[in-house]
Amino acid sequence: MIPHRLSRDLLLALALMALIAVVYLRFPTFATPASLLGVFNDTSILIILALGQMAVVLTRCIDLSMASNLALVGMCTAMLNASLPELPVPVLVIIALVLGALLGSINGLLVWKLDIPPIVVTLGTLTIFRGIIFLISDGQWVNAHEMSPAFKALPRLEVMGLPVLSWLAITSIACLYVLLTRTPMGRAFYAVGGNPDAAVYTGINVGRTRFNAFVLSGALSGISGYLWVSRYAVAYVDIAAGFELDVVAACVIGGISIAGGMGTVAGAVLGALFLGVIKNALPVVNISPFWQQAISGSAIIIAVIFNARSERRPGRIILKQAEQT
Amino acid sequence: MTGTHSNNIPDRLRSPLIRMIASWEFLLLCVGVAIFFLNVQASPYFLDPWNLSDATFNFTEKAMIAFAMALVIISGEIDLSVASIIALVSTCMGFAVQLGADTPMLIGIAVLVGAACGAFNGFLVAVMGLPSIVVTIGTLSLFRGIAYIVLGDKAYSGYPESFAFFGQGYVWWVITFEMVLFVVVAILFYILLHRTSFGRSTIAIGNNPTAALFSGIRVSRVKFVLFVLTGIMAAIAAVCLTSRLGSTRPSIAVGWELEIVTMVVLGGVNILGGSGTIPGVVIAAIVMGMVTFGLGLLNVPGIVMSIFIGLLLICVIALPIIIRRTRHRVAG
Repeated sequence: MIPHRLSRDLLLALALMALIAVVYLRFPTFATPASLLGVFNDTSILIILALGQMAVVLTRCIDLSMASNLALVGMCTAMLNASLPELPVPVLVIIALVLGALLGSINGLLVWKLDIPPIVVTLGTLTIFRGIIFLISDGQWVNAHEMSPAFKALPRLEVMGLPVLSWLAITSIACLYVLLTRTPMGRAFYAVGGNPDAAVYTGINVGRTRFNAFVLSGALSGISGYLWVSRYAVAYVDIAAGFELDVVAACVIGGISIAGGMGTVAGAVLGALFLGVIKNALPVVNISPFWQQAISGSAIIIAVIFNARSERRPGRIILKQAEQT
Repeated sequence: MTGTHSNNIPDRLRSPLIRMIASWEFLLLCVGVAIFFLNVQASPYFLDPWNLSDATFNFTEKAMIAFAMALVIISGEIDLSVASIIALVSTCMGFAVQLGADTPMLIGIAVLVGAACGAFNGFLVAVMGLPSIVVTIGTLSLFRGIAYIVLGDKAYSGYPESFAFFGQGYVWWVITFEMVLFVVVAILFYILLHRTSFGRSTIAIGNNPTAALFSGIRVSRVKFVLFVLTGIMAAIAAVCLTSRLGSTRPSIAVGWELEIVTMVVLGGVNILGGSGTIPGVVIAAIVMGMVTFGLGLLNVPGIVMSIFIGLLLICVIALPIIIRRTRHRVAG
């Protein structure tokens, strides 16, 4: 199974390179290292979110509230910064992380303790979080001039040639890779999604594992909230509205099975980068940005048709055998 | 979502189960009545027949899609692309108007485009066996994406005068055309789900697709038809909405898919498939419409209303689960 998944990631990487090559033919400067790093930096937030969504999807759940969580945490940090400019930015980042995790734990608790289907829970919290932003901000914007310079500078700060935003994405990738492949918790994510009933018999607490996944996705949404608000230097009710579907799309293109238990960190990252390259390449090759949505939609459908081949569940094979005998 | 089928299907219906299902609509109805009286108390303008008539626009178009969506969800699938189908249908109608199409032609085009979109979803889900949640997230982007390609930042208008009737016309006194359509569609869907073998098949598929297949139900055909039906209902809603607004922008009806799913789930349809009723969805639609209208009269902004809708959704689902748990604890 593992070599097979690896080959899928490889194929996706090749597709990504082919995409870059096509753009390169029309516009050579797109493929320069600096420009590609710019694309990576621009996609960082999507990568971080896709990693969180992946953890949730692995456990056979889905988190539609990520974008609202991001927006709520973003608004909170922006308002905190506007009213208390002397508060150091690292403290704000930690607050964002914790707040996001708390919001994620609400989803997790409802799924764990009340057994409500995750899609219903996160559909509910999606609207609730978004509404709360309006309540706390009164519909007002937090504009660039109200934010402290340090608040806005952190994501752009260059460390060893890369902005902090990119470094945070790289750190998240590394952490998730270690978590998913080297820890019992990561194993539990795969086990719960692969076969929840079997997971119970191996001593895994399914509900608790799902709770952990939601807290993780919440924390990553939270940190993305700070990054989004500081990067674009504005916070308002509708930031990142609808972005949850882009995040799910990145996961699907990355070959993460929506039925749970299947997917790699490399896949999620490549899926996010695929969307990121499309978004950045369209203006370069002079295609109206209005094409972006249709193209990513087609990419999702092609990816899901492609995924279907590798996702045939063993259960079906057993059924066929039973049919024959 | 493909959920775990932990809800064992009893070999015969137990009366407490029936009581619980009955109490769901009852509970919802109580919530509705309470909201109605709260609204009457809160605002003197609530009981005005013209205001109430206007308020129905809040839910009639969404509810028409919600009925079809209810059937899709009962069959164990989901269609998140409905709002994008509205956008594409509306764009096609706008395009046809520029070429000089008259009202009957517009309706024909709408239904054809809606059915084609539904058939595309249905083909991918039912024939190719792909997970509907992902497929329809893809077509959500694709359909609206096409609308954006065609329209960009522009808008279509100039619909014929006779076209305005669908979204703005009154049949009698305060009774709008949309209200009549809503009632007719509700009755048709009630018959389809609760009085035909097709409806039975839908429920059976949602409970156990494999068992349904082995008992001779054409599972993929039923699912395909359901997606086409949803596409057509989205097209009808698009006709009403476009007629009411009088123009088409690519961002038309954005975010409706989540409101419609909320409406269906609030109506007592099991999100994992296998159970649900049309009367439940009707009550849920009216409750949601009343909450939106009542809070609107009190100058509560729309976004704050969405908090209520979100809370309503979670509470209404959580409540029976909590009640069942405590009952189990008492019994055991």
